[in-house]
Amino acid sequence: MGKAWKFGENLNTDEIIPGRFNITTDPRELAKHVFCEIRPDYTENAAAGDIIVGGRNFGCGSSREHAPIAIKGSGVKCVIAPSYARIFFRNAINIGLPILECSASADIEEGDELEVDLARGLIENLSKGSRYQANPLPDFVLKIAAGGGIVNFLKNHNIDELI
Amino acid sequence: MGTLVEEIFSRKAGQPVKAGEIVILDVDFSMSHDNTTPLAIKAFREIGKPIKDKNKIVLHFDHAYPAPNILAAENHKLISDFASEQALPNLFKQGVCHQVMIEEGFVKPGALIIGADSHTNTYGALGAFGTGLGSSEIGAAWVTGKCWFRVPESILIRLNGKTQKGVFAKDVMLFIAGKMGMDGATYRSVEFGGDYITNLPMHERIIFSNMSTEIGAKCGLIAPDAITLDYLKKECKANGKLETFEAVDARYEQVLEIQVSDIGPQVACHPDVDNVKPIEETTGLKLDEIFIGTCTNGRFEDLEIAAAILAGRKVHAGTRVIVTPASEKIYIKALQAGLIDCLMKAGCFVNGYGCGACIGRHGGILAAGERALTTMNRNFIGRMGSPEAEIYLASPATAAASALSGVISDPRNHADAF
Repeated sequence: MGKAWKFGENLNTDEIIPGRFNITTDPRELAKHVFCEIRPDYTENAAAGDIIVGGRNFGCGSSREHAPIAIKGSGVKCVIAPSYARIFFRNAINIGLPILECSASADIEEGDELEVDLARGLIENLSKGSRYQANPLPDFVLKIAAGGGIVNFLKNHNIDELI
Repeated sequence: MGTLVEEIFSRKAGQPVKAGEIVILDVDFSMSHDNTTPLAIKAFREIGKPIKDKNKIVLHFDHAYPAPNILAAENHKLISDFASEQALPNLFKQGVCHQVMIEEGFVKPGALIIGADSHTNTYGALGAFGTGLGSSEIGAAWVTGKCWFRVPESILIRLNGKTQKGVFAKDVMLFIAGKMGMDGATYRSVEFGGDYITNLPMHERIIFSNMSTEIGAKCGLIAPDAITLDYLKKECKANGKLETFEAVDARYEQVLEIQVSDIGPQVACHPDVDNVKPIEETTGLKLDEIFIGTCTNGRFEDLEIAAAILAGRKVHAGTRVIVTPASEKIYIKALQAGLIDCLMKAGCFVNGYGCGACIGRHGGILAAGERALTTMNRNFIGRMGSPEAEIYLASPATAAASALSGVISDPRNHADAF
């Protein structure tokens, strides 16, 4: 069970982690500055297992992988949004940050208590007594996710095994 | 056959492929820079397998070069040591990665290039497929030499006619960004065509591909033609077989027709790149900083137009004007043409080539309450420093006109400069 942190549409990667922090690759360091300019209360108050709920085009802008790494580093269980910018989507899968595509995320409010079954893409809003179903991810994307991200997948597999 | 991206992917796959299919293709080059290479090295080391072909790896120092602080310097050292260890032949410190990739001949029609930078789309202007990815995938490609793609659907933007005097490709592209919105082309291949494009010189074409990123596109392609080949021969070190091709029997998800003569100078206003207004609605806004440079508009011709407007005059005393040539090659050419002299005599601060102030790590950072007008492609909150600063985007001509007055100004008032 985790608390929902609500963000608006077109949340960009500069807002997730400003460029000046991209000099470190350490997830714990990055997590100290995640959302620092738009939600300065986040790093102090977020708990492990909390959930990021965004609007459309989540993670747009720069390709910096530091963005999903920073989010994951802060202990987030998953991200829920109706749509994602393409590089962020790919990066999140590759580094093992679970993401769910769900248009019903608009129904979730800041602070709602959520229970998420990642395997089935089922989201339960305990605060509202609602249930939402996320869109299934394509098979080959699931292979990468199941493999623990692209790096882990490639340790033990050939890239041609993806399709 | 098909759309431009279907044509490029089909050639690479050795068989026809269509939008919607998943393919795994050999990449011609994997590019990364000083911000993104450390994570690529981390991924590479973790995979624990050798580099497939070191000639296909291209590294650049541009985002924070020379290093503005100790951590940046340590990153440069990490990357340099790695390049030595692996005997990588392609490490450049000559300017913005995308400009140098083109100058050094890595970009050719039909090439497939992945880059750990969202503006890798830039290479589409020369008929190459270029797309931005995360560092881990670049590190992975060092080992596999390949990358997976879902063949995207295509949107055709047909640009017709001629622009008015004082109106440039940047204004047309900002207009498009305003119309389509930040996710108007997400996951799509955007093709730019029409007689405006086919008659447009390469330095202006590049802006369209470069900013296709801002509307969410996977790539921004322009069919390679005689202008492309001429540019490659004269301006780039590209060699080998250079081909032209076009979309044939293409199926587009969407076709937009735009008459460019209807478009005046445009400004993307704080805080979004799609918050675009005609210049008339922004005229008179006071500016603390003007920045001319970047992979979008830091080319010789951009400096040339700025110099033409500023020649023999002085920039406004209350506005700092920073000019950052996109590459060493451009800087040298500008020096030889007397542009640097002209810009400096007008009161501009000309600093070394690279990304400069665009990334907010050096070269012209903004304080709270300041407003900047720049020729870059992105104006997210906090991009250039303080999250309480505002960034407006425009063409180099608009930037130069505004430098004289210290407020956003219409470049059409300087018609004698064009």
